[in-house]
Amino acid sequence: MTRKEDARFVRGRGTYVDDVRLPGTLHAAVLRSPLAHARITAIDTRAAEAHPKVRVVITGAVLADRGLAWMPTLSGDVQAVLATDKVRFQGQEVAFVIADDPYSARDALALVDVDYDPLPPVVDARTALDPDAPVIRDDREGRRDNHIFDWEAGDAAATDRVFAGAAVVVAQDVLYPRVHPAPLETCAVIADHDVVTGKLTVWATTQAPHAHRTLLATITGIPEHRIRVVSPDVGGGFGNKVPIYPAYVCAVAGSMLTGRPVKWTEDRSENLMATTFARDYHMHGEIASTVDGKILALRVRVLADHGAFNGTAQPSKYPAGFFHIVTGSYDLEAAHCSVTGVYTNKAPGGVAYACSFRVAEASFLVERLVDLLALELDVDPAELRMRNLLRPEQFPYTCSTGWEYDSGDYPRALALLLETAGYRELRAEQARRRELGEHLGIGLSFFTEAVGAGPRKHMDIVGLGMADGAELRVHPTGKAVLRISVQSQGQGHETTFAQIVAHELGIGPDDVDVVHGDTDATPFGLGTYGSRSTPVSGAAASMAARKVRERARIVASAMLEVSPDDLEWSPGRWSVRGDPTAGKSITEIAAAAHSDLDLPDGVEGQLDASCVYNPPNLTFPFGAYLCVVEVDPGTGQVVVRRFVAVDDCGVRINPSIVEGQVHGGLADGIGVALMELIAFDPDGNHLGGSFMDYLLPTAVDCPSWELAETVTPSPHHPLGAKGIGECATVGSPAAVVNAVMDALRPFGVRHADMPLTPAAVWRAIQGRPLRGDLAID
Amino acid sequence: MFKRQVTITVNGEARAVELEPRVLLAHLLREGLGLTGTHIGCDTTSCGACTVLVDGSAVKSCTMLAVQADGHEVRTVEGLTRASELHPVQEGFQEEHGLQCGFCTPGMMMSALALLERNPEPTEEEVRWALSGNLCRCTGYQNIVKAVLWAAAKLRPAGTGGVR
Repeated sequence: MTRKEDARFVRGRGTYVDDVRLPGTLHAAVLRSPLAHARITAIDTRAAEAHPKVRVVITGAVLADRGLAWMPTLSGDVQAVLATDKVRFQGQEVAFVIADDPYSARDALALVDVDYDPLPPVVDARTALDPDAPVIRDDREGRRDNHIFDWEAGDAAATDRVFAGAAVVVAQDVLYPRVHPAPLETCAVIADHDVVTGKLTVWATTQAPHAHRTLLATITGIPEHRIRVVSPDVGGGFGNKVPIYPAYVCAVAGSMLTGRPVKWTEDRSENLMATTFARDYHMHGEIASTVDGKILALRVRVLADHGAFNGTAQPSKYPAGFFHIVTGSYDLEAAHCSVTGVYTNKAPGGVAYACSFRVAEASFLVERLVDLLALELDVDPAELRMRNLLRPEQFPYTCSTGWEYDSGDYPRALALLLETAGYRELRAEQARRRELGEHLGIGLSFFTEAVGAGPRKHMDIVGLGMADGAELRVHPTGKAVLRISVQSQGQGHETTFAQIVAHELGIGPDDVDVVHGDTDATPFGLGTYGSRSTPVSGAAASMAARKVRERARIVASAMLEVSPDDLEWSPGRWSVRGDPTAGKSITEIAAAAHSDLDLPDGVEGQLDASCVYNPPNLTFPFGAYLCVVEVDPGTGQVVVRRFVAVDDCGVRINPSIVEGQVHGGLADGIGVALMELIAFDPDGNHLGGSFMDYLLPTAVDCPSWELAETVTPSPHHPLGAKGIGECATVGSPAAVVNAVMDALRPFGVRHADMPLTPAAVWRAIQGRPLRGDLAID
Repeated sequence: MFKRQVTITVNGEARAVELEPRVLLAHLLREGLGLTGTHIGCDTTSCGACTVLVDGSAVKSCTMLAVQADGHEVRTVEGLTRASELHPVQEGFQEEHGLQCGFCTPGMMMSALALLERNPEPTEEEVRWALSGNLCRCTGYQNIVKAVLWAAAKLRPAGTGGVR
């Protein structure tokens, strides 16, 4: 079936935030810091305020008077809304100019005069904890260093014991560099505060409208029932639109000050410089094995660069997200990982870009280490994986760091991959071409994801448990409206959630409309990220529909004057057991449920139902990927020739949408592995702040993806479905990098950090690896 | 700032507007004419979300002043649909799942249209190059390529190929 969403999008009739037109709207622009670290000594706004089209200029001092100069982050830290004492990263918000039109607002930015007293910046995270490092967060009383947190998982002593006795140990420093989710639509907001009713309506690019409503209530003091957050069509999120950004708060303040709607839409440079980045993990990984390649243990230390404010979006008990799924798809005797977070003079963020709360980093590391071990042992990397993968009978499997994997048949997926790709023939081709001096590389990645956060006992974001809601209303004519707490940014929820209800009620998907993104219209929930929609809200939709089905059974029993126990369900219909002609369709039952039919005591009329789904566990989709590259050692150019992906996300609600999700994630993998990077120079200048430098793959950079699937349902999910959205972004970079390293084997290159740009590859071949992230030779 | 009077034919209709010379065509379409299907995804002429046809050529409307379109013919995504019937390019994107968030889609379709109007039988390679000025963050391009080839087949006169 074609997607319900497409009809408006192909006509140019989507409604994204910047398309929303409210009468009397004013337009805002943000003045940003040119320096990475500097004390603010004075801000003079008089010239800007004198501009004939400027209404208000908001500074940190204006906000401070109202207690709004700082706001809480999703990690329990605070972040400056507008800088008051000093600026802590280049691009940080310093002033907010509101004018009659967007061009005038931009003009007036040049009229705001800010005096800065420069301070030395902390650029290289590895120096952030040096005793003489400048203290970035001197706003916090008593703070004398740049340390944010230490966190660990697994059994350190047991892991050390295994390593001490292991015959083979391979170690590698791996940087997963700072990248950016770069949704094609940037972040935007319209705040409309009604002075008469006191109601605040905020149209915003948000992946978590309900969480934003609660946070806005906390920040602004406006009671939560008088705040309505609307996330209309969103032009891609990829984790970039989970946090609340300073300009959203400024727009609210601006609307309260002017009594008019205030709109702000950032440009691309602002999006890349100041909104949430992804990754930036400096990882030291070690893998231990026997001489014949039985993998025994993993030991990992991470230094996490979080920028100037800890704004990372993840469950509060997991400061390094789900990084401890670093044990991957393998049966280990022991594992231990520790993560230290530090402040640097950079934009906040970390968890974004389809990372599933740091699974991207974990998966990349373990798959690099397995390849390095294969190199060390001189074993084929596919063979080494096949020997060590978890076996299907081991599920549910509790890994050394505590996750309980729900289900999996890994050897089957890997075997399917090798067969689909023609692995043996590829290796033969590689050998032939190596003799001709050509550099074909074959890279594998086998990943286990952890998605669907999560059980509320363990997982919350700023105290909000990660359960999700669904409300189903069946109208008198049998047509249904499903209201969900998650918010699509292109993943097709309007289509797939209708399919879930249609499947459960035996009606057509066209008879179910899905409402999302409006906090006044939808049940509370935590939003869409971490591939959690299907695992959590999808389950809620399914359970709500099942409640409707049970209600319908009782109504049908009253209609047919038989006991509910005598009824049996077939799609769309309850009928008398043994007499299929005596039955009532959902449509008939819906009409009766709204009619004067006498219902049994205790049975309410109508067929509406709701569900708050508190998942018992996450879902653990998995996949086996293979990438074929050709490398020109003279230029360092990498061309991706083939990419074969086997994904298993359990039951597929809509196969075409699943494939589209995988395609998009595979393109991310090529981008991250080969071209995307946010780097900094020694002064903390942000390099990569536009699409001139921050390179994204085009149609020419991507091959035709070759997909295959296996189906291993999640036993605990009502539909057996697992999340899929982030799998390919998580799993694919390792396949690309492993392929390039495989191609470079004749040159003795063991490892090179992403992105593997022509310069990086060329330098690796010369034996002079590049630290592109720092732009320091 | 002084303003200029211009007349631009947009989707077949002459539109007379008064605007500052610095106003970008993309902003005129979106703000001035309310044609919000044309999107803005960058500030460096890289993404192509703002692509429209100017006198039949695909143009990034963020990198053209509206006054430069004075006396010219502009086509936007809103002009693709005739009497509520979808253009084959729109139909192709729908049929082949060539869109997800929908933000690149209008620009992508306009680039595809410009390609098909000058090359009715493009190869996959030609489609990929023709769309290389349009970034998409959701689809990984493959279904977009299929969508354009679908549209090409549909647009060809009967007997010279037709829909797969």
